[in-house]
Amino acid sequence: MNPNTLPPSPKLSTSGARAEAALDVAFGDQPPKAVRRRAKRPISGALGLLIVGFWLLMALVGPWLAPHGANALVSFEIFGPISLEYPLGTDFLGRDILSRLLHGAPYTIGVALAATVLACLFGVVLGLVAAASGGWIDAAISRTQDALIAIPNKIFALIMVAAFGSSVPLLLVMAAFAYMPGSYRIARAVAVNVMTMDFVQVARARGEAMPYIMFIEVLPNMLRPVLTDFGLRFVYVVLLLSAMSFLGLGVQPPDADWGSLVRENIQGLGEGAPAVLAPAVAIATLTVGVNLIIDSFGARAKREMEN
Amino acid sequence: MNDIVKVSGLRVAARNDAGVDVPIVHGADFTLKKGEVLALIGESGSGKTTIALALMGYARAGCRIVGGSVRIGDVDVLKLSDSELAKLRGRTVAYIAQSAAAAFNPAKTIMEQVIESALIHGVLSRREAQAKAVELFRALALPDPENIGARYPHQVSGGQLQRLMAAMALITDPALVILDEPTTALDVTTQIEVLRAFKKVVRDLDTTAVYVSHDLAVVAQMADRIVVLRNGEIQEDSRTEQILVEPEHPYTRSLLAAMRPTGQVAEAAPAASDIDEDLLLEVRDLEICYGSKRVVQNIDLKVRRGATVGIIGESGSGKTTVARAIAGLVEPSAGQVLLDGQLLSRSLSGRTRDEFRRVQYVFQNADTALNPQHTIEEILARPLRFYHGMRSVQRRRRVAELLELVQLPASLAKRRPSELSGGQKQRINLARALAAEPDLILCDEVTSALDTVVGAAILELMAQLQRELNVTYLFISHDISTVRAICDEVVVMYAGNKVEQGGRSTFQAPPYHPYTHLLIESVPEMHQGWLEETRAGRGALPQIAPPASATPLCPFLSRCPVRIDGKCNKVSPPRVRLDKGNEILCHHSDIELRQLDEPVPAMAVSN
Amino acid sequence: MNSSIPRLIIGRLGIGVLTLLIVSLVVFILTSLLPGDAAQEQLGQEATPEAVAALRAKLGLDLPVYMRYLSWLGGLVTGNPGVSLVNGMPVDDLIASRLPNSLKLAAATALIAVPLALSIGILSAMYRGSIFDRYTNMLAVFLVSVPEFLIATVAVLIFAVKLGWLSALSRSVEVDSFLQLLSVYAMPVLTLCCVLVAQMARMTRAAVIDQLSSPYVEMAVLKGARPMRVVLRHALPNAIGPIANAVALSLSYLLGGVVIVETIFNYPGIATLMVNAVVTRDMPLVQACVMLFSLGFLLLVLIADIIAILSNPRLRT
Repeated sequence: MNPNTLPPSPKLSTSGARAEAALDVAFGDQPPKAVRRRAKRPISGALGLLIVGFWLLMALVGPWLAPHGANALVSFEIFGPISLEYPLGTDFLGRDILSRLLHGAPYTIGVALAATVLACLFGVVLGLVAAASGGWIDAAISRTQDALIAIPNKIFALIMVAAFGSSVPLLLVMAAFAYMPGSYRIARAVAVNVMTMDFVQVARARGEAMPYIMFIEVLPNMLRPVLTDFGLRFVYVVLLLSAMSFLGLGVQPPDADWGSLVRENIQGLGEGAPAVLAPAVAIATLTVGVNLIIDSFGARAKREMEN
Repeated sequence: MNDIVKVSGLRVAARNDAGVDVPIVHGADFTLKKGEVLALIGESGSGKTTIALALMGYARAGCRIVGGSVRIGDVDVLKLSDSELAKLRGRTVAYIAQSAAAAFNPAKTIMEQVIESALIHGVLSRREAQAKAVELFRALALPDPENIGARYPHQVSGGQLQRLMAAMALITDPALVILDEPTTALDVTTQIEVLRAFKKVVRDLDTTAVYVSHDLAVVAQMADRIVVLRNGEIQEDSRTEQILVEPEHPYTRSLLAAMRPTGQVAEAAPAASDIDEDLLLEVRDLEICYGSKRVVQNIDLKVRRGATVGIIGESGSGKTTVARAIAGLVEPSAGQVLLDGQLLSRSLSGRTRDEFRRVQYVFQNADTALNPQHTIEEILARPLRFYHGMRSVQRRRRVAELLELVQLPASLAKRRPSELSGGQKQRINLARALAAEPDLILCDEVTSALDTVVGAAILELMAQLQRELNVTYLFISHDISTVRAICDEVVVMYAGNKVEQGGRSTFQAPPYHPYTHLLIESVPEMHQGWLEETRAGRGALPQIAPPASATPLCPFLSRCPVRIDGKCNKVSPPRVRLDKGNEILCHHSDIELRQLDEPVPAMAVSN
Repeated sequence: MNSSIPRLIIGRLGIGVLTLLIVSLVVFILTSLLPGDAAQEQLGQEATPEAVAALRAKLGLDLPVYMRYLSWLGGLVTGNPGVSLVNGMPVDDLIASRLPNSLKLAAATALIAVPLALSIGILSAMYRGSIFDRYTNMLAVFLVSVPEFLIATVAVLIFAVKLGWLSALSRSVEVDSFLQLLSVYAMPVLTLCCVLVAQMARMTRAAVIDQLSSPYVEMAVLKGARPMRVVLRHALPNAIGPIANAVALSLSYLLGGVVIVETIFNYPGIATLMVNAVVTRDMPLVQACVMLFSLGFLLLVLIADIIAILSNPRLRT
């Protein structure tokens, strides 16, 4: 209630306010100095950015950089070791793993990214609508989303594949649907919080229409949690799609994403073949990278909140 | 050598966003004798709470004690290890926090928490501690002292929790007690009860205490000596009577000046409710329900153009709800709101854009009323475009004019709210309302989140704007002295009812409604001994039979010092017009209420 | 006030049942949108129209959609979810033969993971910012980011292939000795635990830290309480609701995690049954499995809700 009990924040002298300047100096009602913060970004965050940036680039240009075709049989040696010619070895048919990895990048990263964008887009819009409308609209949307959440993601993926067969468009839609409810929940919770803020009441009392309140007043204040959630959701989608491919229910041959590469080369595991480890490690670096970014992002968000 | 506390060269630093330590307390020195009560007073950011916490060797997250010494008895607190500090805290030095509602653990019973420090430090056995707690509860005038300890914190009122927290601090007979704004979160009528209880135990137990507050009038009642702080530096350290009578430091003088009620701006307005001409706002028989709970009822209100009408009441009285209903943010369940004789729709969706424009709402907390993601220019430009359809060049010019109007430099336009001070934000808040060119501005506790001096400047500005622009204010506040000083007409609300209404002149002297009377008498005055003199909240309430449940009764019945058995608990009170023009909701007549002002017999001082 | 607790719990139950109903609708709609015709598919392209029509009638496919939904729902409720399209066995028998195995696996995992995760979460909250906290946090980030099939394959690589301690496949779930028990369950449980513990510990830590920043914790410190007492006596009682929630949400991960783990280790549980049903498009079996998994999820959430309600001091009298 009373500002006097807040931990005193550092107040530096400021220039600027002319009319109130005298007042300020005399009575200490000073604005917080606009510190251009050069907050130390933890190394882990930078590392995460580097890894994720690299993979995003590979998703775009990977197939063109690949030394061989995705399905070209280039070696007689199956489960070949790491060599100069085949930097990540060869697979169970004697294909170049590096090339297959680069050709698989658009599937693993591109499909996951598209699905995450769809999931978050629908989740956030529905969350905003629910929070802004309240009443039975909110209840109806929330109930439906809760029902979708109640079907575990992998189970939902299985039933979709069982019903419609596996294809890239289906995987995309499936992943989007599977992760929309989570995004909706977060977006709605944040939006409901923001909606209770006085500036939203000010806009309502001004007579503003709902779309203005939702998109101009509320949405900009949701950006940080929504972005964090986007990153997490992307990780989940990558893991889900890889798992589906690993089960043989994801991307279908002759195309292959990283999950399929692990699956088809699983016999090489006994020999410790790079053919099975390389794609698995690729997935892990991508997801760990995103998590590192989120963690440093979250830590900074927290610091800002506390001040 | 009877200095029990000796602080010298105390320095505390806070780490800012850039990771740099910024000093927030620059070398504080003071001492405290046994049995003395010392007040630390200052505005927000003055470092008073930081210093108080440093007495326990404690600094909040992000802060660090960087130098100096704090001696309590023979120990230098700042040299102690963590486990030695734990032995000191709660045993040698005890702390009473500002918000007892937050400082009590919601999951544990009150008794469990009150005796905890005695058990931690092994001072008393559980049984002894419980017996002592009950004794303290009794000394602090808590109801049902035997059993109140078995309750959970959410089951008792805020004023009671604050006193329970005092019991918690005193259970180990500490050498020093720190009271950190212990009554700031309370309503004035509750504050006085808590202050009395505190003063009694402090006197009876000969407690040495540090009392942290921003309110000089409260401190005047409690402290023997006052340390005035500003921006982490001690400005003045003198005996209370000297600070009040002849303060040395200019800052202390300005603080005193700001805390005295502002002089009257306008001449006394005619008894307003008689005049229906030039009526801007009329509220008829307003009733508002939240679910099945009726929070506001039977509210009638008339506001003339260019006037300032105040609504006063404590938290939960429904004053803000009334303002929100006028703005359309809350839908009333019955009654009408008329603007210039035109009926306003109950809900937002039924109002025209011009109706919206004519009624503007200024919120209490400028921190949350300004969208942190928008620049000041965007915030001010929106109503210009929305109501007046201005183009961008025109808008920019008008934004500059508005900033000038609220006495802010045009350079602020490019900034975001987080880069502004509290006072600047509240001015922007006001400027946004003015941008609409409204007829009526609903001001909801606009100064209560601000320091006294800054708040006084805002009130000054509002008065000036009224003279220049002839706007009308509906001023919602919990502070009777402010309302009495600036409003032409005052409405007093209690528990959702209008219990009194009258022109400003009628609020200068009794008779009032018994609640208004209590409210006015409860406002601390800036002289020592006021707490002992005032009649507010003193003496036992008259005994009455259980109230009749069928009829709507007087809302103030349960706390009224002049309630009449057989009348107040049986029949609903009438609206009575008193001789000097104010209208009250009470069974009493003029003469009976005048007697309220008579001195109370000494025997009544039983609590 | 006392009556509000049963009322709240009944309310949660009602919402759970309603959600389950919506789930059944979603499942039914998805599986009925099938482009093909189950009867046609089963009999092949060469079947005579008469034969197809007869099978359609037998399967109830000629009824209007809502009738089919109601009879399916009725079957689920009365414990008669239909017959497998693949081998003609009743779906409930198929499930009954596999469910106990999956429950054993889940129980073993939960028994290890929950105490471990809670201790790690609470400890790292108590010593926030310490080396222990930083390293467990890093490990947790890593574990939740890595696909469980990677963990499983690495486990196989190390324990079965390199060390030869355990067999890679769980051929039988009949165990006679402790060693056998270990050899069957060790790797599936280990794999499931990795992700589970990481997630649960992080959420527990967050829930406790949330409480540690509250004013009443500061008050406890200023009363002279030591860190252990502050956490155990003050923060924890208030964190029970959030922690129960964290445990339930993490355990619900098991519902999906078993799909991968059972498949990799060829464990005869409900998830392998479902994966096979998906591959063979055995719709009645898939539907029943989905409903079972959703029921499991809703039960977990319901239990967490009830714990949160019961632990809320504001609802006590």
